[in-house]
Amino acid sequence: MKNPLKSSSETNLPWWRRELRFLDRALNPLSRGLMLVAAVLFALVVLFPLWRITLVAPQYQEGLRLTIYAYQLVGGNGGQDLVEINNLNHYIGMKPIEESDFVEITWLPFVLGIFVILSLRAAVLGRISQVIDILVLFTYLGLFSLGLFYHRLYTYGHDLDPKAPMTIEPFTPVIIGKNKIANFVQWSYPSVGGWLMLLIPVVLVLAVWFSRKGRRA
Amino acid sequence: MKYKFSSSIILGSILAALLGGCSAGDPETANTSGDSLAEKSFVAPGEKDEFYLFYSGGHSGQVFVAGIPSMRHIVTIPVFSPYPGTGYGFDDESRAMLGEYTWGDVHHPGLSQTDSLYDGRWLFVNDNANNRVARIDLRDFKTKQILGPIPNSSGNHGSSFVTENTEYILVATRFSVPLPKGRVAPMESYADEFNGMVSGIKVDQETGEMSLGWQILTPPFNWDLGSTGKGPSSGWAFWTSYNTEMAHETLEVNASQRDRDYAAFVNWKSAEQAVADGKAEMIDGVPVLDPSAVPGVMYFVPVGKSPHGVDTDPSGRWIVASGKLQPTTTVYDFEKVLAAIEAEDFQDTFRGIPVLNYDAIAEGEVPVGLGPLHTQYDGEGNAYTSLYIESAVAKWKLPPWTEEQRADMESIVTDKMPVHFNIGHLVVGGSDTREPYGKWLVAMNKLSKGRHANVGPSQPESSQLIDISGEKMEMVFEAYTEPEPHFAQILKVDAIEPIEVYPKAENHHPHAVWSLDEGTTWREGDTVHAKIVAVRSRFGPEKIEAKVGDKLVIHVTNIEQTSDMIHGLGISEHNINVVIDPGETKTITLDLKKPGVFPFYCTNFCSALHQEMQGYLVVEPAGETAMSQ
Ligand SMILES: [Cu+2]
Repeated sequence: MKNPLKSSSETNLPWWRRELRFLDRALNPLSRGLMLVAAVLFALVVLFPLWRITLVAPQYQEGLRLTIYAYQLVGGNGGQDLVEINNLNHYIGMKPIEESDFVEITWLPFVLGIFVILSLRAAVLGRISQVIDILVLFTYLGLFSLGLFYHRLYTYGHDLDPKAPMTIEPFTPVIIGKNKIANFVQWSYPSVGGWLMLLIPVVLVLAVWFSRKGRRA
Repeated sequence: MKYKFSSSIILGSILAALLGGCSAGDPETANTSGDSLAEKSFVAPGEKDEFYLFYSGGHSGQVFVAGIPSMRHIVTIPVFSPYPGTGYGFDDESRAMLGEYTWGDVHHPGLSQTDSLYDGRWLFVNDNANNRVARIDLRDFKTKQILGPIPNSSGNHGSSFVTENTEYILVATRFSVPLPKGRVAPMESYADEFNGMVSGIKVDQETGEMSLGWQILTPPFNWDLGSTGKGPSSGWAFWTSYNTEMAHETLEVNASQRDRDYAAFVNWKSAEQAVADGKAEMIDGVPVLDPSAVPGVMYFVPVGKSPHGVDTDPSGRWIVASGKLQPTTTVYDFEKVLAAIEAEDFQDTFRGIPVLNYDAIAEGEVPVGLGPLHTQYDGEGNAYTSLYIESAVAKWKLPPWTEEQRADMESIVTDKMPVHFNIGHLVVGGSDTREPYGKWLVAMNKLSKGRHANVGPSQPESSQLIDISGEKMEMVFEAYTEPEPHFAQILKVDAIEPIEVYPKAENHHPHAVWSLDEGTTWREGDTVHAKIVAVRSRFGPEKIEAKVGDKLVIHVTNIEQTSDMIHGLGISEHNINVVIDPGETKTITLDLKKPGVFPFYCTNFCSALHQEMQGYLVVEPAGETAMSQ
């Protein structure tokens, strides 16, 4: 039995081409709504903190906090915690952590803005392929940023001044989890913006899912 | 009403107390259930006390801060004496504040008030010795101003009494001298040529800056403790006096002759107005009122023999004064005082000052016990009077009293607690406000003999914590305090939020430097200047070069902004040690008199490499500078 909805030319295509045909399908109103949600989430990611690193030691029970935003690096306690972290790090010869080292914060808000536009575009024009593009690009961005983040932490922990007063084994601060560095316990976890970034792909997949059987655009 | 005691009873009682060697203080009676009492004052490691106890350090010149209920000493606030521990008295600013004196005699701390409640802004203390008042800012627990010696005022004992909205700090003279100060008159002319004085020290509401407001000339009585009014007694202040005999020698005997001395009831608002109306005469730069010429400013009130304290109750209606050589304390009804003034019900005048009719204004005499000094209130209608001779605290009920109670005044005294020994002041938190905290009473005792591990002849004082929350007082804890707590103030810990670092943005010192590369030294003629950064764990620069005969001016900035990251700067063999709190800049000026290489180092342990935090002051001999340069 032939599917009356499928054209005869479609049946002549190789299977993998047939599988990709769904990319041309239109987004239904629910999926378009989800794309609007995605646009909002991309915008919110810019506003909320992405990551939080906390250092706790006996004499720093209240913790020294470092909060990473898409556009800025903020030390806790009115910025003082970053000064303090750098002050302590000079003993082990670590380079001062400075906002200017984090080049991505100059372009990340811009990139996220592009994602907002792309999401709005998909919501209006309404094609599954556009959603897939966003999903792929965003996954790439996420992995690239994490890699960059890891590299930066690795460099901070390994590029130690050999003349520093205290010699410690080179180390890499953890990205997610808990780690002990000398007298400090380091906690590093995604913050609101980070969790939103994880939520976005879910929303994108759902947008595709709900329109997987829709009409062709 | 007449005094219901005879001098023989008093004498007998005093002898009993003296000969008995303070037998009232049987240690066994003080503590019946150790465990539950220990729990009451126990503040576990890491936990915080509920109240601050600011107690005066007497002739140590300092104010000490302890916690209640733990009674642990937390910090010392240096005021009138140098204190190397915080570098006080070594830098230019605090040295200028201390002036020519290296000690003071702190007696009565007074917390600033707004609407008769503690507002947590300032703590004022007096210097009995050199006639000064100081202001401690509770934002950083630092002495900010020392005013004095106050002109025309000698022996600033009767202060620091704060008016309802901290308009004034009221001050009275303990000693009388010929005025203005600097004049000499024969001792025999004491009654005519010597004078006492009551002063209003004006407080700027924004800055706390104190200045001289006005003074009221008095006969040469010895003014003692005072207090300020509120409610019906709003705008008034009260002081007791001894030596209305106006004796000038062997006061012990000669000032103890009259059965009554006088308290002064002063309408300070009238005094302020009279000065504004131009009724004052300028003496030594201060407007001084003659109360006999300005009616309504000062009245005398008869009090029991040789009184010490006078204390206004939280309502402002009951004024309680005790003569230390009589076993009762008198409660005056201020509403009756106002009525007596209105009706001109005077029993006498003394040098033109009306003496109010005692019988018309006294509500009653409470038989509290031997040697009553000071009275505090819990806000629940109870009063607590310290009994110096008896070494005890008496708890009694404030008026109104029933007819039955009046018939048996003994019944008004509801409890008595022995203290160890010879109590002077006592303090209940907020007793001088509209709303006392109650809960705790601290007895400040003059003798501690036999109560502690033997430390030789120089013995500490003792301060005892008494729980007053129940029907009966309960002795909870005992601490040994440095010489010498006279009076104290109690403040709820959560009533203030002191800073822990000086914010960089607030540092306006012209020579503050904030990074190691900014630190520098330079020469201007015979003066060598240095701007130095102190940061974990180095000074920058760490070498200062000068020559003998130079003046050296060092501005050292602690650039840390972290709580408790305090650095010091001690210079070997130059008698210099400053301590710089985070964000603070201090300036030191010294004359270089000897050649050599003198180490300087961080005196306040700051970090793992604190010991390495050091530098050198190189002082070339005077003649050789040309060669070396
Ligand atoms: Cu240091």
